[in-house]
Amino acid sequence: MRKFFLFFPFVAFSILSVVLYVQIGKDANYMPSALIGQTVPEFTLVSLTDDELVSNKDLPNQPYLINFWGTWCAACHVEHPYLVQLARSGVVIVGVDYKDKKSLAEQWLNKKGDPYRYVLMDELGHFGVDMGITGAPETFVVDSQGVVVYRHQGEINAQNWPVIEGYLQ
Amino acid sequence: MFPELGQFSLILSLFFALSLAVLPLVGYWKGNRLLLETARPLTLIMSMLVLVGFISLCIAFLSDDFSVLYVAQNSNTQLPIWYKVSAVWGSHEGSLLFWVLILCGWCSAVALKIRTLPADVGPIVLAVLGIVCVGFLSFLLFTSSPFVRILPDAPLDGGDLNPLLQDFGLIVHPPVLYMGYVGFSVAFAFAVAALITGNLNASWARWARPWTAASWAFLTLGITLGSWWAYYELGWGGWWFWDPVENASFMPWLSGTALLHSLAVTEKRGVFKSWTVLLAIFTFSLSLLGAFLVRSGVLTSVHSFAADPTRGVFILGLLIVLIGGSLLLYAIRAAQVRSTVSFGLSGREAWLLLNNILLTVLTLTVLLGTLYPLLFDVLGLGKISVGAPYFNAVFSPIALLLMVFMAVGPLSRWHQTSANALLVPCVIAVLVSVSVSAGLVYLLGFGVTAFISLAVAMWVVVLSFYDWFSKVSAGTKGIIPRARQLPRNYYGMLLAHLGMVVTLVGIVLVTVNSEESMLRLSPGDQATVAGYEFRFDRVEQLKGPNYLSSKGQFTAYKEGKQVAVLYPEKRFFTTRQQVMTEAALDAGFTRDLYVSLGERVDEQAWGVRVYVKSFVRWIWLGGLLMMAGGLLAALDKRYRKRARAI
Repeated sequence: MRKFFLFFPFVAFSILSVVLYVQIGKDANYMPSALIGQTVPEFTLVSLTDDELVSNKDLPNQPYLINFWGTWCAACHVEHPYLVQLARSGVVIVGVDYKDKKSLAEQWLNKKGDPYRYVLMDELGHFGVDMGITGAPETFVVDSQGVVVYRHQGEINAQNWPVIEGYLQ
Repeated sequence: MFPELGQFSLILSLFFALSLAVLPLVGYWKGNRLLLETARPLTLIMSMLVLVGFISLCIAFLSDDFSVLYVAQNSNTQLPIWYKVSAVWGSHEGSLLFWVLILCGWCSAVALKIRTLPADVGPIVLAVLGIVCVGFLSFLLFTSSPFVRILPDAPLDGGDLNPLLQDFGLIVHPPVLYMGYVGFSVAFAFAVAALITGNLNASWARWARPWTAASWAFLTLGITLGSWWAYYELGWGGWWFWDPVENASFMPWLSGTALLHSLAVTEKRGVFKSWTVLLAIFTFSLSLLGAFLVRSGVLTSVHSFAADPTRGVFILGLLIVLIGGSLLLYAIRAAQVRSTVSFGLSGREAWLLLNNILLTVLTLTVLLGTLYPLLFDVLGLGKISVGAPYFNAVFSPIALLLMVFMAVGPLSRWHQTSANALLVPCVIAVLVSVSVSAGLVYLLGFGVTAFISLAVAMWVVVLSFYDWFSKVSAGTKGIIPRARQLPRNYYGMLLAHLGMVVTLVGIVLVTVNSEESMLRLSPGDQATVAGYEFRFDRVEQLKGPNYLSSKGQFTAYKEGKQVAVLYPEKRFFTTRQQVMTEAALDAGFTRDLYVSLGERVDEQAWGVRVYVKSFVRWIWLGGLLMMAGGLLAALDKRYRKRARAI
């Protein structure tokens, strides 16, 4: 019996090794969103371009992206040209200007080009909280039924676009 | 040329390590004295070669040789010279080389002290260390060479060192921490050597004790430095985050503490033998697990190096060979060991057994909390993270209980203690600690947790001094000569226990008695926090060697008198395009004033964090005392005797 117990540490370690082995190579930073499989939370926000109120019913009826950005966000500067390129190729993007100022956002879009179908002003960040974002840029893929199917944290670029595009179909 | 020299000498050292891992063991089985005696020179040559490799990398950094990929990624011509040196261990490859260098340092220390061990034990210990060296050297050479060149198009300038690491704390924190981590490999080697030779008597415990105490002291200091660094560098005033990598250093510390105590029992009484061996293996395994967690990218942490699956697989293989192998050896060989001595329930053995149980439970608590997200994910249950609430709720009560017993252990006698010898001091201590703590808590308006913790702290202080006093006042010689006769070992223990108390007091007071506020201030504004007036004087724009800085100036007043001028900074590192917060501190024995600049809100106003932290220094002061205690115990005279000739 005692002999049997002496093997216990070895067995426990073996199990642990298997667990560790399975984990290697997975992206530890990846966090699935709780919103996946659900519709976009309810909101009413002002549109940057025409000061009209926009709510859920105004969202596109085709697959699209919701992109959170801000003029204060360094990675958004890097991401922006790629979004402009995507918009040119026909991707529908709804922008959310997150915790930002209207004047700065207008300058930004005038200077760098506007890839967005329209831009919602989330000055207080309430919509961002509802969507569960942790920073900017952050992008959600929404299908034609208005259901969130994917969330991408960080900038979109040529490397990770194929994955995101896959969800957009 | 130097990078090639470094690479070449590392390859050579791998061959010496291989010989070291094989020859003495062959010598042991064949009974060949000559082969056994190769262990010492092989160890020393291997270590010299690794040193040559390390110096070559240092030269590459100091001469801004950006044709070396690792240098190009982690250095920059504008980087101040002392950071160029510390950049050597600033990222994965270099820090692994540094790890191997320290491992070789410990091996050489054992090799130089080999005459204190019997002729057939020392070489086996070195051979086991040789196996560990083979593992790490091949990990270094096959997956993570720091000498890889980018030729012919070498960049003109490097990508700079991570700004988080451009700090004094980070120059000293990793070396000291590694000294501790790697030092436990010596205790591990002793344990495995004991299993191989079947020589599991009490004497192996005596040989392993000073090495364990020394590495424990380094690990203590390393953790203390890490906590201090996090406090002033991360900019939000926390001193411990239960981050996976912090836990990775804390687990070997806990089980190393258990090992220190169980080694004492094994040495003095010849009991717990097989448990002590297991604990030695366990402690080193936790050090290795820590290395795995940091370098394989399976957990997220502020400390992680860039994740690389190949490295993860390699280091896991290393773990399986070293830990799996030694645990298997343990399972097969430990059955022969049987303690013949019995002990009573009131003897010191029983108290130390309790100590070991509680420390092991604490280690497993932290281990579970750290690995739980992994287990959860593997079982397909989703992603979770385990944070401070779990650790605080589970860890703190057990740790307090441990401290209650910590005070009683030293008072007890080996084998059996008479009830009166414990009862009298305990009653006195209960009365003193409860009344003092109740008084303090009542005067300062703290809650129940603070009351219990402070009572425990007082309890340890009273019983420690009671114990010391009863030891020095026994006999007729007078107090001072008696006090000087007590062994260093004893004073080491006393110091370490009191260090625990100091840390506990720090933790309790900083938790219950600190004030934190997040304010929106413009230059000229004033705010009052915990009785201190803080005036925001101005913000200046400055240029540092490799960064631009917004430097604020705050003046703190207490009751109208100026107590401190603080300069918190926001630094923008130009090469890495990264912003760092440099908090400003006014350190004090009983309180720290802490100001850090947050985001700029508009043209004038800044988000500012102002903390008044009560007794926060005590947390690290206690760590220093514990380290001093460990070193004192390691330097005890009786470990320095030579082994009898066999």
